[in-house]
Amino acid sequence: MIVYLARRLLALAGVLLAIAAVTFLIFYVLPADPAAAACGKTCSAERLADVRVHLGLDQPLWRQFADFLTGIFTGRTLGTGQYAVTCDFPCLGYSYESSLPVWDLLMDRLPVSASLALGAAVLWLILGLGAGVTAALRKDTATDKALMVGAVAAASLPVYFTSVMLIHGVIRIAGLLPYPTYQAFTDNPLGWASNLLLPWTALALLYAAMYARQSRGSMIEAMAEPYIRTARAKGMPERTVVVKHGLRSGMTPILTIFGIDLGGLLAGAVITESIFGLPGIGRLFYGALVNSDQPVVLGVTLLAAFFIVVANLVVDLLYAVIDPRVRY
Amino acid sequence: MAAPLLEVRDLRVTFTTPRGTVRAVDSVGFTVESGRTLGIVGESGSGKSVTSLAVMGLHRGAVEVGGSVALAGQELTGLTERELGKVRGRRMAMIFQDPLSSLHPYYTVGEQIAEHFRVHFRSGRAAARRRAVDMLGEVGIPEPARRAGEYPHQFSGGMRQRAMIAMALACEPELLIADEPTTALDVTVQAQILELIARLQQERGLGVVMITHDLGVVARVAHEVLVMYGGRAVEQAPVDALFADPAHPYTRGLLDSLPRLDTADDEPLPFIPGSPPSLLLPAPGCAFAPRCPRAAERCTGERPEPAAYGDGTGRTVACHFAGVRAVEEAAR
Repeated sequence: MIVYLARRLLALAGVLLAIAAVTFLIFYVLPADPAAAACGKTCSAERLADVRVHLGLDQPLWRQFADFLTGIFTGRTLGTGQYAVTCDFPCLGYSYESSLPVWDLLMDRLPVSASLALGAAVLWLILGLGAGVTAALRKDTATDKALMVGAVAAASLPVYFTSVMLIHGVIRIAGLLPYPTYQAFTDNPLGWASNLLLPWTALALLYAAMYARQSRGSMIEAMAEPYIRTARAKGMPERTVVVKHGLRSGMTPILTIFGIDLGGLLAGAVITESIFGLPGIGRLFYGALVNSDQPVVLGVTLLAAFFIVVANLVVDLLYAVIDPRVRY
Repeated sequence: MAAPLLEVRDLRVTFTTPRGTVRAVDSVGFTVESGRTLGIVGESGSGKSVTSLAVMGLHRGAVEVGGSVALAGQELTGLTERELGKVRGRRMAMIFQDPLSSLHPYYTVGEQIAEHFRVHFRSGRAAARRRAVDMLGEVGIPEPARRAGEYPHQFSGGMRQRAMIAMALACEPELLIADEPTTALDVTVQAQILELIARLQQERGLGVVMITHDLGVVARVAHEVLVMYGGRAVEQAPVDALFADPAHPYTRGLLDSLPRLDTADDEPLPFIPGSPPSLLLPAPGCAFAPRCPRAAERCTGERPEPAAYGDGTGRTVACHFAGVRAVEEAAR
């Protein structure tokens, strides 16, 4: 177990390092000059050269990359002399656009994206698994067919369509909710929930549809296992057969996709956040990409990768808890 | 006279498939008495497993079951799932061919036995747990208290089938249906499992239905034998009579296909030519006619019904020529 964990953590570090390197390289080959971006529109040639030195852009690429990595773990000092700025651990650099530490930008927006992701996840698990398991238990009936047609329809609607329809229908026509403005959970839990209700719904619909199809399939498979027949032969009530014997094995495959999906969403949902005006990481990323704000793009990419690989690791460790045959 | 432990009459099981209806079991009847073993023999697709599942009420999907299944006089067909749940696992239990996939991989063996006991006796967890350990001990699993906490994958094949038997008998059923319980096990373990079932049968006066394609198993454990072919009972007889004088050409073919010690090594093993009938398009006559060495014109047109055969020991045979052949052979 310890050995396994150590090996997995090492691999995790390797993946993150590779992602950081690739993202770094992509920016290096891009035609946009980071110094010009940082310097702004009214920039003299002299100032541009200063900025270049200040940002360390005069250094060779490997050196810049090494400095960047060191900064993450120990913090670093950017620039020299009177322009020197200390960037505290964990240092992901400064945004060229806003001159704020990337780490602070990420941490400011993480609660928004996490609120969106977690709320939507609760919603899509309830909807998706509910529909999937119901369909599986009523396989080939009208209920099953209706649910699966609904799932295909929901899965084929892009988020930007459902989002706009929700805004139009619920806010503009029905006037049930105000246009969402994000409120922190800690300030106003009710406002937090009511403002996130539509984004949650828009995001959850898509995922719920995919989860309904997935869970239907794996539940049908689980309920066809010989041990389900054994449970029935023992005279167990059908509810116990389904819940205790069927669901436990039927839901195991769902865990894998859920880990990856949630991990990916924690670092921001670009489209949903943009449409609903949520100040999350997804919107930060979009803005940074448009403006070639390399440190921010790099920071978001690394954070997203971090969430996904950690979620994967957690899922794998959970497998050992769920399935006694899995041992590390 | 008291009702027999299990009485099945005119059992019919029909599946609806996209390609048409399939009558998997047709007009099958038999009885099992306490302390006795009925062997049901047949090849794959003969309807023997479907018969046992129908008796337990475990058939699923687009299935129609007709006829009568009575356990100690209580009619089971037509019971609601809820009512049947009180009988199933409590008064009749079943074990299956593959004990690994028949046990839930995520729960300990002890828990799977205990939950069975809890459902029917509404006992507490501790009592059910003790019962599980006792049962594991009774089926010959060493260190039952420790093994009860292990998972099925930590058991060997034979131990798993023992655990299945422990589970099946945890609620003291009167009838045990064993669907090919030794098929997935190697030969020495097979013998141990059969001995175990025989011992428990004697101790508890269990009625046993042993479903198998293995005539060796039948010869070893059964008192009566039902031979099935194409979803129908073709021959029913006490085990000794069946082996001594197989009346149906199919039974005869099965017995002839057994390797014997007294034939030469290089002599090819006899076999029944052809393949089992399609149940989707049943022929109007005898299902075995296309493969039968004795088939006459009558066989393809007119289906033989089970009829009494022999000296009044309750044998029945469904063959137009059952008696004729015996006469022929006697003359030889």
